[in-house]
Amino acid sequence: MSASMAAPDTAGPVTPPAGTPRRAKGITGTRPWVAALFLLPALVLLGALVVYPIGYSIVRSLYDAGGSGFVGVRNYGTVFSDSGTLTAVRNNAIWVVVAPSITTALGLIFAVLTERVRWGTAFKLVVFMPMAISMLAAGIIFRLVYEQDPNQGVANAVISSVHDTFSAGSAYPGARPRPGADLAPTAGGSYTTRSTVRPGTAALLPLVGIPQAELPSSAQQAGRPRGGGITGTVWLDFTPGGGGRAGVIDPGEKGLKGVTVQAVKVGRVVASAKTAADGTFTLPATAQGAQLRLPASNFAARYGGVDWLGPTLVTPSIIGAYVWMWAGFAMVLIAAGLAGVPRELLEAARVDGANEWQVFRKITVPLLAPVLAVVVVTLMINVLKIFDLVYIIAPGATQNNAMVLALKLYLTSFGGGNDQGVGSAISVLLLLLVLPVMIFNIRRIRREGRR
Amino acid sequence: MRTSRRAHAALAMTAVAALALGAAGCGSGGGKSDNGGQSPGAGGSQSAVKLPDLHGQHLELAAVWTGAEQQNMQKVLNEFGRRTGASVTFTPTGDSESTFLGTKIEGGKPPDVALLAQPGVLDQFAQKGWIKPVNADVQAQLTANFSAGWQKLGAYNGKQYGVPFKAANKSLIWYNSAAFQSAGVSVPNTWADFLKTAQTISDSGTPPVSVGGADGWPLTDWFENVYLSQAGPQKYDELAQHKIKWTDPSVKDALTTLDQLFGKDQLLAGGHTGALQTDFPKSVTQTFTGNPPGAAMVYEGDFVAGFIEANTKAKVGTDAKVFPFPAVGSGKPPVTVGADIAVALKDAKGAQALLTFLASSDAAKIWAQAGGFLSPEKSLDLSVYPDDVTRNIAKALIGAGDGFRFDMSDQAPAAFGGTKGEGEWKDLQDFLANPGNVAGAQRALEADAAKAYGNG
Repeated sequence: MSASMAAPDTAGPVTPPAGTPRRAKGITGTRPWVAALFLLPALVLLGALVVYPIGYSIVRSLYDAGGSGFVGVRNYGTVFSDSGTLTAVRNNAIWVVVAPSITTALGLIFAVLTERVRWGTAFKLVVFMPMAISMLAAGIIFRLVYEQDPNQGVANAVISSVHDTFSAGSAYPGARPRPGADLAPTAGGSYTTRSTVRPGTAALLPLVGIPQAELPSSAQQAGRPRGGGITGTVWLDFTPGGGGRAGVIDPGEKGLKGVTVQAVKVGRVVASAKTAADGTFTLPATAQGAQLRLPASNFAARYGGVDWLGPTLVTPSIIGAYVWMWAGFAMVLIAAGLAGVPRELLEAARVDGANEWQVFRKITVPLLAPVLAVVVVTLMINVLKIFDLVYIIAPGATQNNAMVLALKLYLTSFGGGNDQGVGSAISVLLLLLVLPVMIFNIRRIRREGRR
Repeated sequence: MRTSRRAHAALAMTAVAALALGAAGCGSGGGKSDNGGQSPGAGGSQSAVKLPDLHGQHLELAAVWTGAEQQNMQKVLNEFGRRTGASVTFTPTGDSESTFLGTKIEGGKPPDVALLAQPGVLDQFAQKGWIKPVNADVQAQLTANFSAGWQKLGAYNGKQYGVPFKAANKSLIWYNSAAFQSAGVSVPNTWADFLKTAQTISDSGTPPVSVGGADGWPLTDWFENVYLSQAGPQKYDELAQHKIKWTDPSVKDALTTLDQLFGKDQLLAGGHTGALQTDFPKSVTQTFTGNPPGAAMVYEGDFVAGFIEANTKAKVGTDAKVFPFPAVGSGKPPVTVGADIAVALKDAKGAQALLTFLASSDAAKIWAQAGGFLSPEKSLDLSVYPDDVTRNIAKALIGAGDGFRFDMSDQAPAAFGGTKGEGEWKDLQDFLANPGNVAGAQRALEADAAKAYGNG
């Protein structure tokens, strides 16, 4: 190796062929072919791993699924006429605008605040930690966080416990009248009897749909109301093990305690009562001739929490997971920039009477602008190719609502679509979208290099 | 040098397994397993298949199985090795089996025998000439042990290529027997009964039916069972090949029938929105945990049994029981199936001998006794299955004769029948999200099918 390198050096100047001019040297004094020799490995690698795949993708995008038939720009037509791709483009736009800005803003806030805190480093460490795990792991974590069932999903556990603090749950969620009973559904989830009540005839209000195991332990055998007056029974009209008669209080059927029964005359509540442990209730005489209503508060279903991964919220939810991961990255870069801000400037502003907000707004942020630009642009490039989080977090039913270009590209090419022609067309589209950001970034780096 | 050592190890393993098998099968007569090469098969019964002497040969078999399934298959292969003297290694292919095999074949090193889970892949491989037709010995076993319908699953263009070795019965409804007891209901036989049972269970306070709608494939299986029973096998085949459109009235009827369940929130655990957020594992676990349980019934194939045992405290056979998918309308109860079909990728005596063995009831018996296995062989004695649940599932499978059908979505192009968030999976999820929109679902299904089959 060294011998072959040395040989041209000695041979070159000594035996220049007569008549030919000496080959020119570059500005650095090296001959072009030596320069080329040193550049060669890098060029070959770049060519094989970057330029060739890009070129081939462009060529491939002009061929059909099998790769043999030339179809011109038809694949691009398919891409732009497919509503799924357009959703992906729209979602990518949302991602590029929302994710980097929120992440950078949070990073800025964290960086500025931790600078003032004594335990700042520990805090920074915690915020930066999510960066240490892979997108895949983060996706699995957030799939669980956004789980609908409050017993499993942290997000809904928090929301539903806050919700339940302010509005009490009902005693018998999901209960409903026995089909064929006198009760008919009325406004707002309540049930009202068709007939009116008379003293002496007990009103029977059979309900079903309540698990035996969820009855309070004090529940008693349903009773027939005794004595005169306007009375009735609300009970669970289902004999454990089956065999009970509909609308009849059979042995073994339990009374429902604590159900509110309202007497309604032309839409106005004239009296109200709660059932006793055996399900019986007694209304005052004023209720005579009224219809009985079981208000919805008796049956309201449990609050189910927010549908995080439903069609409308799925993209914001996934962006939330992304922010969780990358806020630490933004914070660390900005904190580094912050360390370089001259203290005197801040002090001078304070001496001049600026309050902390003005110092932050007029001094710190402008001085940090170059760093902020680096962070935002890096995140933008990162976000344009977002794939893993969406692929893992979005459930099948709403995957299309959460679709982004990189995922569409993968699914079209390999994940069932198996049309690498259209897939390549999407990749070219993605390349075109990334290019402006790249060019901006390269220019910025050059400018900084010149400084 | 290395090869011989490996063969040695394989032989040692074979011997150990043969001893274990002999002990398990014969009970008191353990001495039989020491008889050497040509001894009777496991369980001490007379061997029903003649195999050539393959001493010194090395075979490779590829299948998707891992874990317990791989171990049980290894038992089958060990028995083959014991009878022929060949050593057989098992190679797990991972989930994308056809890609794995494709690269192996292109690379010039195909396994001798592979088990394919989809008849579509078999057709494709046969078309490319990658798999070899079976010889007369295999055909003899096939004719003796399999009904014509099962043999056809391994045929392409009138030529027999494959041996259906392991079957799956995908027309089963698993139920929580405690929930049935407290509601006082018994097993329904017809769809109308099924709905009535579900309603009674709902009245008792237990959500009746658990549907894993967050995964698309349980929904396609629901549809296929209703469709097969209601429209009949003829129409089923036509729809599977997309010879009739999804806008066909028969599809409308099936979706309308399905809507009697999907459209009634009282009948679904969590209502239709809850069902959409329930993935398949959860749909099973919630049926067999809690008091009251999260649901009383859950539909899916025989593999649910193993899943219940592994993930819940329920015991299959006592806490968790099973009944066949009910008959819809005037149709027969549907039997939809899956199958792993063994094919030879090399034109060699060893590969054909292995296929012969896999087609015999001796091979099926080994795995059947170990559990977690259904054989499509009509000649296999049902008493070899280890428990009543498996026996009944096998009985339903064999009892269907040639009226069974292969899972339709597994026959369709992957873009339609096998991709998360696309095609049939997505369209049926949308149907579950907006029940009642039968016409809309049909239009979406037809549009996607036309695109995927490329014949719209």
